[in-house]
Amino acid sequence: MTKSELIDVIATRQGISKIRAELVVNTIFESMASALAQEEGIEIRGFGSFSIREYQPYLGRNPRTRRPVKVSAKKLPFFKVGKELKEMVNESAANGVPIVE
Amino acid sequence: MTKAEIVESIYVSVGGFSKKEAADLVDAVFDVMKETLAEGDKVKISSFGNFLVRDKRERPGLNPRTRTPITLAARRVVRFRPSPVLKALVNGR
Repeated sequence: MTKSELIDVIATRQGISKIRAELVVNTIFESMASALAQEEGIEIRGFGSFSIREYQPYLGRNPRTRRPVKVSAKKLPFFKVGKELKEMVNESAANGVPIVE
Repeated sequence: MTKAEIVESIYVSVGGFSKKEAADLVDAVFDVMKETLAEGDKVKISSFGNFLVRDKRERPGLNPRTRTPITLAARRVVRFRPSPVLKALVNGR
């Protein structure tokens, strides 16, 4: 599912125009992105939580040329799946639902 | 940030919805994402990131407290891959 498919489903399900649904979906992810940009964590009960993890600089290697490369310190958003979503996903695996590639 | 603050941003910046409608919309967005992932499909949000579903095989493990060998059952997990845009944003670029 892409963002535009998500927008279509929200418009139909909630009975609003696609333009309004697009504004809603974009606003949700924009506000989440700006929270993360300020290193603020996000908690959505049942879905999961996002936090910022800081990584120290390290000496890596270019896998193709095998040359050492310096990887500078960085921050990455980290997602921890919520209990409800974790259970939903595991249950569908147990019921033989295939992964959509 | 909590869901209530996301609801507030819909209520304030999108406008034209009651607080109840804004809350229902935010719930609907996360519900649809959860249902999609439960159907084994990924959710791709451009400029934010992709939520992917992966199957993990059964593997041997250790009980961290007692160090007793145990078998970790096969399971399905959700992986989040942040987009380059989001990665740049959190690194102040």
